[in-house]
Amino acid sequence: MKYAYYPGCSLGTSAEEYDVSSREVLKRLGVELSEIPDWTCCGASAVEPVSSLLTLALPARNLALTERECPGLDMLVPCSACYLNHLRVGRECAADRALPGRINEALGTEGLSYAGKVRVRHLLDVLAGDIGPEAVAAQVSRRLEGLIVASYYGCQALRPYALFDDPERPRSMEPLISALGATAFRWDMGGRCCGASLMATRRDVALVSVAAILDAAAGADAIVTVCPMCQMNLEAYQSQAHQADTISVLYLPQLLGLAFGLSDEQTLLDKNLAVTDALKGKLRACETASA
Amino acid sequence: MKNTHKPIAFVPAPLVFQDETLVEVQNMVRACMQCGTCTASCPNAFAMDLTPRQMWRMLLFGLKQEVLQSRTFWLCSACYSCTLRCPRDLPLTAAMAALKRMAAAEGDSANRKKALFYQEFMHNVEQNGRIQEMGFMCHYFLAMHDPLLPMEYGPLGLKLLAKGKLHLGGSGQRGRLGPLFAKVRSMEGAS
Ligand code: SF4
Ligand code: SF4
Repeated sequence: MKYAYYPGCSLGTSAEEYDVSSREVLKRLGVELSEIPDWTCCGASAVEPVSSLLTLALPARNLALTERECPGLDMLVPCSACYLNHLRVGRECAADRALPGRINEALGTEGLSYAGKVRVRHLLDVLAGDIGPEAVAAQVSRRLEGLIVASYYGCQALRPYALFDDPERPRSMEPLISALGATAFRWDMGGRCCGASLMATRRDVALVSVAAILDAAAGADAIVTVCPMCQMNLEAYQSQAHQADTISVLYLPQLLGLAFGLSDEQTLLDKNLAVTDALKGKLRACETASA
Repeated sequence: MKNTHKPIAFVPAPLVFQDETLVEVQNMVRACMQCGTCTASCPNAFAMDLTPRQMWRMLLFGLKQEVLQSRTFWLCSACYSCTLRCPRDLPLTAAMAALKRMAAAEGDSANRKKALFYQEFMHNVEQNGRIQEMGFMCHYFLAMHDPLLPMEYGPLGLKLLAKGKLHLGGSGQRGRLGPLFAKVRSMEGAS
């Protein structure tokens, strides 16, 4: 299995642990990644309020590079905002026949052209669908027995295009969590918005969502995420959201890496902003039990 | 026989220029049947002054200035719940973004200030090719002229610094997107 890899800007800076753990876990699972040469920012959630054409042209540039440099490969994207931005280019071009011409006129400044050939895939879709829980279970050396994990999907991996999960009741992470020996926490907040960039523009409003999500996770040992924006909103503002106890928040591939027995340098758990001593204790117990 | 019939005075409708930005958003929500599913689905509706359902109706009535005075569309966090559930399949999240663009271009100073977050972000992308979070936040603070804002971010900044996550470096893609941004600007200015 081989994919064209689009890490996106956050994974090079504030979400380094997501990048490193994704690469290490995929390598262990036999997946080869080819990073798209010279990729640029897709505009995240800031571009659409600025320009409708740029909203499509920025991700189309990366799709055009993928077509030229990594022909035939699906594009694998770990960030949900990046995922949706790239995915919607093809969807909107299919609905509006004038769009491909406009996009290509813009891309022509660099001699690039977009033909709509690349399939855009979220990391979660690849882990849950292409790789699957059996292959994941085969790599587990430290079963996470007794660990209760709440899966948090956020918005843009699920909506508006419901491609690999139920956008109202997402479940795709649960077989993966079970494959690690852990227990999936039952809740209905997995698809609730974390507030996204309102955390910067209207923090009071975003904190209401964060508090609702963290409250609902009471009883879980950790929340796992599949997006750097969700991760940051859930881990960095716990005290402002009036949480007495912090709850650990991890990226899904970090959890997989822990169960695979990867090294600290490979999971980078010390980069996370919310990892409780209680979780560390439970992880040590899992280690002793499987030793 | 006396003819009591009086002709009805016919006053032709005043000739107005079609407001194209308004029509663009109106076209997105024209089929709205006012069911309220969008409002009920919105995680941020509690903080809005107009509900999304009300706002679509007002737009269709042409109440553009009233809508631009509202904070509703600035509170959209692009969760796509309304877009997913709207029984008329209307592109509501995109309509919220179109209103942000309209408010940035035609709104008052309060609206233009709210648009700065997105504009500063994209300015950083244009210059650096890949967003430089540190530089972007510094520019944003300066542009907002709000002395309390950096302090609000202080605790997070310190956390990120301690984790070695604040990078001051540049990107190898610096300048790469300049021509694309310029081209898109000229295309959108012309259309
Ligand atoms: S859900 Fe759709 S049809 Fe119903 S009120 Fe909202 S926009 Fe109108
Ligand atoms: S996409 Fe925006 S308006 Fe629609 S439900 Fe989500 S936050 Fe509310």
